[in-house]
Amino acid sequence: MTEAAPTGPVARQARRQRQVRRLKRRYAAERRFRLYGIAALLLALGFLVSLFVVILGNAYPAFRQTEIALEIHFDPQLIDPEGTRAPAALSGADYGALVNQALAGLFPEVTGRREKRALRRLVSVGAAFELRAMVLDEPTLIGETRGVWLPASADVDLLVKGGPREAAEARLGAEAAAWIVRLRADGRLERHFNHRFLTAGDSREPELAGIRGAVVGSFYALVVCLGLAFPLGVMTAVYLQEFAPKNRWTDLIEVNINNLAAVPSIVFGLLGLAVLLNFLGLPRSAPLVGGIVLALMTLPTVIIAGRAALGAVPPSIREAALALGASPLQVVAHHVLPLAMPGILTGTIIGMARALGETAPLLMIGMVAFIVDVPSGPTDPATALPVQIFLWADVPERGFAERTAAAIVVLLGFLAVMNLAAVLLRRRFEQRW
Amino acid sequence: METGHIVKSFDEELARLDNMVAEMGGLAEAQLVDAVAALIRRDVAAAERIVARDRRLDAIENDLHSLTLRLLALRQPVAADLRIIVAALKISSSLERIGDYAKNIAKRTFALAKAPALGGAAHSIARMAALVQAMIKNVLDAYIQRDAAKADDVRLRDQEVDQVYTSLFRELLTYMMEDPRSITAATHLLFVAKNVERIGDHATGIAEQVHFMVAGELPGELRPKGDNTSFTVVELGASEQEDEAGSE
Amino acid sequence: MSLAVAESRPLAARAKMQSRGVDVHYGDKQALFGIDLDIAANAVTALIGPSGCGKSTFLRCLNRMNDVIESCRVSGRITLDGEDIYQSDLDVVQLRARVGMVFQKPNPFPKSIYDNVAYGPRIHGLAADRVELDGIVEQSLRRAGLWDEVSDRLGQRGTSLSGGQQQRLCIARAIAVDPEVVLMDEPCSALDPIATARIEELIDELRQNYTLVIVTHSMQQAARISQRTAFFHLGVLVEEGETEQIFTNPVDERTHAYITGRIG
Repeated sequence: MTEAAPTGPVARQARRQRQVRRLKRRYAAERRFRLYGIAALLLALGFLVSLFVVILGNAYPAFRQTEIALEIHFDPQLIDPEGTRAPAALSGADYGALVNQALAGLFPEVTGRREKRALRRLVSVGAAFELRAMVLDEPTLIGETRGVWLPASADVDLLVKGGPREAAEARLGAEAAAWIVRLRADGRLERHFNHRFLTAGDSREPELAGIRGAVVGSFYALVVCLGLAFPLGVMTAVYLQEFAPKNRWTDLIEVNINNLAAVPSIVFGLLGLAVLLNFLGLPRSAPLVGGIVLALMTLPTVIIAGRAALGAVPPSIREAALALGASPLQVVAHHVLPLAMPGILTGTIIGMARALGETAPLLMIGMVAFIVDVPSGPTDPATALPVQIFLWADVPERGFAERTAAAIVVLLGFLAVMNLAAVLLRRRFEQRW
Repeated sequence: METGHIVKSFDEELARLDNMVAEMGGLAEAQLVDAVAALIRRDVAAAERIVARDRRLDAIENDLHSLTLRLLALRQPVAADLRIIVAALKISSSLERIGDYAKNIAKRTFALAKAPALGGAAHSIARMAALVQAMIKNVLDAYIQRDAAKADDVRLRDQEVDQVYTSLFRELLTYMMEDPRSITAATHLLFVAKNVERIGDHATGIAEQVHFMVAGELPGELRPKGDNTSFTVVELGASEQEDEAGSE
Repeated sequence: MSLAVAESRPLAARAKMQSRGVDVHYGDKQALFGIDLDIAANAVTALIGPSGCGKSTFLRCLNRMNDVIESCRVSGRITLDGEDIYQSDLDVVQLRARVGMVFQKPNPFPKSIYDNVAYGPRIHGLAADRVELDGIVEQSLRRAGLWDEVSDRLGQRGTSLSGGQQQRLCIARAIAVDPEVVLMDEPCSALDPIATARIEELIDELRQNYTLVIVTHSMQQAARISQRTAFFHLGVLVEEGETEQIFTNPVDERTHAYITGRIG
């Protein structure tokens, strides 16, 4: 027997008023909660936006390279005195002289040795290599005179882009500014899209440095990683989820796999160093080794995502297939795996994206050396994109600062594309059972 | 069944059904008793009341009929519930017929009141009616109590009623042969006796329905019958010998 | 331990499947106690009883679907045409081709209608070529009463059909492997009355060619469609007999209390 709430119009009125007050407080609390949420969101977005603005602002100049147009006379005397057109001879010629000749032609008034050296320093040392590449490519150039856009030196580039003047002027000399103005007036000094950034390998000179080597190295490493992690991860997930008996051992395995996903990546690097390099003697700095280490790192992610995707397949499909007389393997292969594949792929892509951005394990296995050549296979020494960023960030030269930012932008671009692919995949295959 | 239905309204409706059957039974029993009493006392006014009261019996039967339709359509009864409802339907029909027979008996009071009384026969009829009244009462008790044994017992008693009827038949034939002036009264009394005997048959029928309702099957053996009136012949002049050798 | 079962009339027809002394345990908990039941051939046997009484558990024993549940232990003897289906060298895949199952919630594969029906025959190699397979698919869909509605869109996904059609598709899929027994676990409980009526009509037609065992929680449905009914209560088979007998005059008190709505 309870003391019933007093009825009657007066009591009811009082109750209703209390209800209304409580309701108002609740609404106010909900509004506040929503405001907190929006504030948090705006804060996060603010950080993100400022991050992008800063990086993009830093990176943008790297995509524009100052170039100087010179009339290069491909003097056969200098290039191929014997006239053999032999590649060895062509390679060994002094192409720097051609550049100097062209410069002298433009600035005949420059005579002193110091001044001549200063003049030479307007053009990048890489110009000679580019000329050589042109001649090797097209030996018919020999004897011709052609206007060629050659990269300007880093200091010129800096001055043109409006960077700190004193250091650059100190290196170039006082006359450089006038020469630059004249070249520009002649239309011989322009800023073009920096294709070298994307086509060239690493270099000591910032104007010549590109990320191609790093990108290819990362690519090989990811291919190896995918090739190892995906099949192994999927098969492991299938076995653990569908076939393994539920006992203490499998519980132990599951706990270990979950923990492996949280292990700091540098530990995998140490593993790679100790086992792959020292014990097995695989080539150092190779994307192959990097790929194996990244695969070990990605494997837990793929397994966990795989198990989740397999577990999400409704048991009704399994039961229907079993009741028709399908063997457990047929049930998995014909029904469960195809339905789980979108989830598995999503998990794999996310794992790959993480692997793309990993630096620490690659440092441990030596993919950190200064490699100029673009690797031609997974066993050639190479570096990876995040490592390249790491290396460039340390270099004191001004030109590398913007290139570091540009490389970060490229890396972020790849990551964004991969994550977008994962989202689209998931959306496309969202199953309506 | 000890426990009631989970849906209480079903139990309530079944209880209503029982009440209707009980009411009809009580009314039919009263009609019989009153009709025979009015007949013997030659009370025409009472007889009129009895005739009028029959309408009430018909009305209850209609209501019961509607209730059983409703139960069948809405409750989908099975097993014992189904048997109860079907039995109630048949029993109510029998009770309505009993009421009609009683009304018929009452009607004959008008004619018999103008004819000379036949004392002996009237008492036999009263005795028969008492037996049948007891049967009706017991069979309705058996229905309410869901007692198959009681119902079987009632079934057996019909034989006695039949025997009384057979001897009454001979008696009335004898009266008619002895004194032609008694033919009117005797004929009416014959019909009255027949009605009472038919009421007894209906009571037996009700007993069989009760048995079916409780046990799930009709009683196997044939009813014991004692109605030999179909074979009864009374010869002119042989009445004294018949009286001596008369069966009881 | 086999408890005496109240049986109204002995099984006249030869039994297609028989169970003797079947006990089922889930871990420590016992779900079925000594079930002795004969399943008549070419007839519909309905298993009724309140929730949790074990009727679905028993049904799943008949095609060994309980094997997929880790903690489940089945003891006793269940035979199909006299052969023990739990003997160690029996191929479960073969068994399930002979004893098919339709589930409570329609579960067509997310494939085309054609592929749904063709999957069973494909994995059992029942068709020599595409033409034969087409024939099997058509016959199964006709038998399930679905052919007229889907013959022009066999390529559409099975999941695009309505609930009742999906269930008929599942039935077509089950009979495509030409089973001898079809088990149905509350096949109509997710459907509306019209779809239910269609399925009941289908069940009536199917029993000419197949033996059917149906678990249902609707007593009216059991009364409508089955020839024999078995009543389960708390893991025990309480009573089994001809449907008409069970529903007009059951022997056991518990059966009576359940079907008249006094317990359960």
